Amino acid sequence: MENLLEVKNLRLYYHTSKGAVKALDDVSFSLKEGETLGLVGESGCGKTTTGVALLKMPSPPGRIEKGSQIIIDGTDIVPLSDKEIRKNIRWEKISMVFQGAMNCLTPVYTIGRQMLETLNEHRMMEEKQAVELIKEYLGHVGLPPEVMNRYPHELSGGMKQRVVIASALFLKPRLVILDEPTTALDVIVQAQIINLLKELKKTFNLSFIFITHDLALEAEVSDRICVMYAGKIAELGTNAQIYGKEPLHPYTQKLLQATPLLHKKVDTLAFIPGTPPDLINPPTGCRFNPRCHCTMEKCFTEEPPLIEVEPGHQVACWRCVK
Amino acid sequence: MSEVLLEVKNLKKHFVPHLTLAQTLAGGKKRVIKAVDGVSFSIMKGEIFGLIGESGSGKTTTGKLIMKLIEPTSGTITFDGEDVTFTNKAKTQEYRRKVQMIFQDPYASMNPRFKIRDVLLEPLIIHKMHGNRAEQIERVLKALTEVKLTPPEEFLVRYPHMLSGGQRQRTATARTLILNPKMLVADEPVSMIDLSTRAEILHMMKEVQRDLGLTYLYITHDLSTARYFTDRIAVMYLGRIVEMGPADEIIDNPIHPYTQALIAAVPEPQAGKVDIIKKLPISGEIPSPANIPSGCRFHTRCPYATEACANNPEPELMDAGNGHFHACARWKEIPKAQ
Ligand SMILES: Nc1ncnc2c1ncn2[C@@H]1O[C@H](COP(=O)(O)OP(=O)(O)OP(=O)(O)O)[C@@H](O)[C@H]1O
Ligand SMILES: Nc1ncnc2c1ncn2[C@@H]1O[C@H](COP(=O)(O)OP(=O)(O)OP(=O)(O)O)[C@@H](O)[C@H]1O
Ligand SMILES: [Mg+2]
Ligand SMILES: [Mg+2]
Repeated sequence: MENLLEVKNLRLYYHTSKGAVKALDDVSFSLKEGETLGLVGESGCGKTTTGVALLKMPSPPGRIEKGSQIIIDGTDIVPLSDKEIRKNIRWEKISMVFQGAMNCLTPVYTIGRQMLETLNEHRMMEEKQAVELIKEYLGHVGLPPEVMNRYPHELSGGMKQRVVIASALFLKPRLVILDEPTTALDVIVQAQIINLLKELKKTFNLSFIFITHDLALEAEVSDRICVMYAGKIAELGTNAQIYGKEPLHPYTQKLLQATPLLHKKVDTLAFIPGTPPDLINPPTGCRFNPRCHCTMEKCFTEEPPLIEVEPGHQVACWRCVK
Repeated sequence: MSEVLLEVKNLKKHFVPHLTLAQTLAGGKKRVIKAVDGVSFSIMKGEIFGLIGESGSGKTTTGKLIMKLIEPTSGTITFDGEDVTFTNKAKTQEYRRKVQMIFQDPYASMNPRFKIRDVLLEPLIIHKMHGNRAEQIERVLKALTEVKLTPPEEFLVRYPHMLSGGQRQRTATARTLILNPKMLVADEPVSMIDLSTRAEILHMMKEVQRDLGLTYLYITHDLSTARYFTDRIAVMYLGRIVEMGPADEIIDNPIHPYTQALIAAVPEPQAGKVDIIKKLPISGEIPSPANIPSGCRFHTRCPYATEACANNPEPELMDAGNGHFHACARWKEIPKAQ
């Protein structure tokens, strides 16, 4: 399998009046054709920022820093102009289902009108042809064509999420970034949407980046898991490396212990005391050191590199450096 | 722990929305939305009781009825041995002090320009409690300690935006504890919060409950947290309870096909499931509460339904032993969950 995407030394800083928020600091990973990569981590660790960086649309005052590379299908898109990105990359090659998008549908317009607008933003086509395309894609996500004439408040949460997913697929992208696509839904609808995504992936030969803070859900969806902490990758491994045995980074271990299990009654849930650090002045050494239960001296002075400990399994922790 | 604190009997809430002019002209009939349609349960003193069900099953409406934020169409609510279904203003205010609600979004319920001290003093001032200011501050410090925001003095002068998500939820909890309630109603208090904060909050709420001997009604669609957090669970479907019993019993030995379906849908952090399309026992979405199916209201989605399920009168909750109740007429014939 070819690498569809290669991200190298990606840095994205938000240049605020208080200083630069280092939301992504030297992030590198790759994604193969047909693969699903999961991004997990606590709120604020940089998951959404990674997603929008790949579309080259950071929210202001965010900026992709020099030295960053985002190579899709062999082309580095970082130097491309906005016009080129809009014409050839965004929605054509990479699209995104934004966090909370289902709740951002405009209440006063029909679903059909909103889908037409999305389509027109990216490609001009005759209305009749566009309507046919919309109907086709509503079908792909399991919705009847009448949905076009309905208003958002007439749809359930699950149906709205299907509409948003259909809109991300119109222009046959190769990679779809899904940012918390099921967080606001109940478990049954969530399971239905996950099944749908798996089917769509096969039908259209898609690759996914699946963003969530739910480690249990990630286990069911992603071939490889990238655990992020404070704008950096803490651990990256295959599904089996993360869930099949104990993961290696203390942060991943703690996150898993904080996940309540259905089939095992526990008396206490472990949680990680404290909060993620300020990203304007992150701690020296390992960014996780203030919350880690097994630090060594080096953890406070030097930043641990992301090293490969076995094929396909990378960890940024001094304890794993032999 | 066998004294009943709260009992609801055959509680119903039927909404009848007004017709729009266009609907009236079109000769439309008023729709009756049966959001809660005959719910009965008791919560014991010191118990954590979970109300579980998918979106639209009537959990929040039940919570609002219990908070007396809306009036029931019929049925009764008894609290501490007293019928509180319909009460005068003074009694209602007293009840609302004893039964407090924890909101889903703690940030929205706090005035951003208030320091934490003022956020916590506010309920004491509204309810004219705890004497002079020094005594009130004393109570505020105690509440902060109860939710482990220590040292409490340090938090008094902070503003809500200077707190983490977990600390904000702790503050919101402290605010409900200030009035010495007997019971807390928590409607999806952690569903939008990331998992480490979620674990922190559930842990804290459980400690507070143990320390102060409180009673909780915990509303959620998340069975994994319910297993960890609750003593007993009631599973709701389309306005009615279809299964009820000890949390472990309901999750390990679910009887009702709906409960089995809810359990099957829960994701678990195990390897080897990526290439599997999950078999979901039920398909489609929950029907509209304006149009409740005949007979057993679950029959339209039930994989085991027969004609009798659609035609016979709706099954009432039946006792399967061990305090485990269910409302499935075919329970002896349907297979156990794997
Ligand atoms: N427009 C912005 N200006 C300044 N800082 C920002 C901006 N957007 C995000 N940040 C900061 O960048 C960091 C990463 O944010 P991001 O939204 O990527 O996190 P996330 O992992 O998606 O979190 P969540 O789980 O809450 O969605 C956070 O510290 C956040 O406060
Ligand atoms: N004021 C109202 N007027 C009309 N219908 C209502 C009203 N409040 C709730 N409903 C309807 O009653 C049903 C139950 O709603 P409720 O909010 O109690 O469900 P829930 O179980 O809390 O769902 P969720 O998990 O989505 O919060 C829904 O179909 C809802 O649309
Ligand atoms: Mg995000
Ligand atoms: Mg609700």
